Amino acid sequence: MRLTQGQFSFLPDLTDGEITMQVQYALDQGWAVAVEFTRDPHPRNTYWTMWGNPMFDLRDAKGVMMEIDACRTANPDQYVKVLAFDSSEGFETVRMSYLVNRPADEPGFELVRAEGPGRRVDYTVRSHATARPEARHGA
Amino acid sequence: MNHIAGKPTIDLKARYAAGVLKYRQMGYWEPDYEPKDTDVLAVFRITPQDGVEPEEAAAAVAGESSTATWTVVWTDRLTNCEKYRAKAYRVDPVPGTPGQWFAYIAYELDLFEEGSIANLTASIIGNVFGFKPLKALRLEDMRIPVAYLKTFQGPATGIVVERERLNNFGRPLLGATMKPKLGLSGRSYGRVVYEALKGGLDFTKDDENINSQPFMHWRDRFLYCMEGVNRAMAETGEIKGTYLNVTAATMEDMYERAEFAKELGSVIVMIDLVIGYTAIQSMAKWARRNDMILHLHRAGHSTYTRQKSHGVSFRVIAKWMRMAGVDHIHAGTVVGKLEGDPNVIRGIYDTCRETHVPQNLQHGIFFDQPWAGLKKVMPVASGGIHAGQMHQLLTYLGEDVVLQFGGGTIGHPDGIQAGATANRVALEVMVKARNEGRDIWNEGPEILRDAARWCQPLRAALDTWKDVTFDYASTDSVDFVPTPTAA
Repeated sequence: MRLTQGQFSFLPDLTDGEITMQVQYALDQGWAVAVEFTRDPHPRNTYWTMWGNPMFDLRDAKGVMMEIDACRTANPDQYVKVLAFDSSEGFETVRMSYLVNRPADEPGFELVRAEGPGRRVDYTVRSHATARPEARHGA
Repeated sequence: MNHIAGKPTIDLKARYAAGVLKYRQMGYWEPDYEPKDTDVLAVFRITPQDGVEPEEAAAAVAGESSTATWTVVWTDRLTNCEKYRAKAYRVDPVPGTPGQWFAYIAYELDLFEEGSIANLTASIIGNVFGFKPLKALRLEDMRIPVAYLKTFQGPATGIVVERERLNNFGRPLLGATMKPKLGLSGRSYGRVVYEALKGGLDFTKDDENINSQPFMHWRDRFLYCMEGVNRAMAETGEIKGTYLNVTAATMEDMYERAEFAKELGSVIVMIDLVIGYTAIQSMAKWARRNDMILHLHRAGHSTYTRQKSHGVSFRVIAKWMRMAGVDHIHAGTVVGKLEGDPNVIRGIYDTCRETHVPQNLQHGIFFDQPWAGLKKVMPVASGGIHAGQMHQLLTYLGEDVVLQFGGGTIGHPDGIQAGATANRVALEVMVKARNEGRDIWNEGPEILRDAARWCQPLRAALDTWKDVTFDYASTDSVDFVPTPTAA
């Protein structure tokens, strides 16, 4: 499967030049860029592992790209995303989120159905990734 | 009146003699009045009957929407009636429209029950709209004071929390209304939901008149829709939703349907404007208690928002709905099949999304409106839009909006998934280009054509709908145009 979270997952994977332009856009808005990674991209896995704090004081896209590269190099088989945080009034939240790395083999999810009375079904989306021993911690 | 410092003393005995006085003589016209920060302000477009002066017509509107009746009543003297009288304080001719005036009226805060749209509207758009001395009357805009706003819950969820719950940032959301809107069985209907979500949409939507008809009862619809939603989530890794319309005959029925939607794991429910203001506020409170997004379809509004001479402007409805507590509201597309002048739409979108809306006559905004921390409403653009207009939609409507392509998804020649994919690719490529600093207004068609080289569904969509536009003059436009000045 191809995970389609994030702003640009329906496009061909972004090149480094394209990632740099998106980083520059975030910096131009005054947003802080952050990098996070995980093996378990369950849609409700909110807290991916932070590659350090958001880079509040780094205003140079090249510097941000070095952090993105370092995270990708250290975690080549994991999902890596870039986030942009906006601290301005009325937002105070994430304004951008896009993937910059994905594992060569994306394990995907299983839809588990628990059948109940009255044709009712309780659904659980289960990550295949968390079934793998190496993903149980640090995911 | 006689006990207010600085006001001329009047002969109260003469003022309250039985009989009929002009409204301006009864105290409803006060050109020197300075509105207080706590006053509710309204501006009406008035069209007086022939021979009725605009000041008298404005005073009559103030009177009939607050304390007055047609004749003098001595019981006024039992109250602090000066406080409760609404005061018409300004009348301006409508630019370029003889026979019409904008009448500004101030209402004392204590005229209104806290947190009640029903009470507010019973005064402001109550009897006064049928008043004979006026040929026509339109409520153009209101300023709700912070003191009154703070008595309202506001949106159950709001844009920020909705995006955090959906894990969806940095681009407009994508939706589609299921078609045909009536007649599908539950099983077939769920198929459309699944295909559209799997293909790349974030949301699918019931239409306003899908409730619980013989061809598809509501429980069946909910069960099949949630099968489609959950399968699409598992296959894409994205949070998906479908607006389950819980509109029904009674509050008890609506609560029952909303509870079932929640139990099935839906992130969102939907109501129609026709259920009424009180029912909308009840559902907003339910949605806040139950962590649900509340979508409002504005069914019925065009009966009173569209004609400029009489009715209620939609920017006022949008304001009331933000106070009432909905999270989504259909607010126009500019380029689609439904009414929408770009400046009017801009004023409505600002009303939904900004924390403070400054006066802007060119956008139809007559007053500064601070929103006092009420959450933001996500506007929804729906009706006759397609992937080929993506650069225009993003330019006009911005990022915090749900773009809904019903026919533009389901009518795709290669199927529903292809239709959804075409829209998603068009959207992502346009956001990416905008962020890269490209001039999407002018380069948009080229950006789409370039993407269509590698995306067959987008190519087919552009070929199918390439020249479809709905280029008619708007009936609801603004009255103020920018005039170039030297300073």
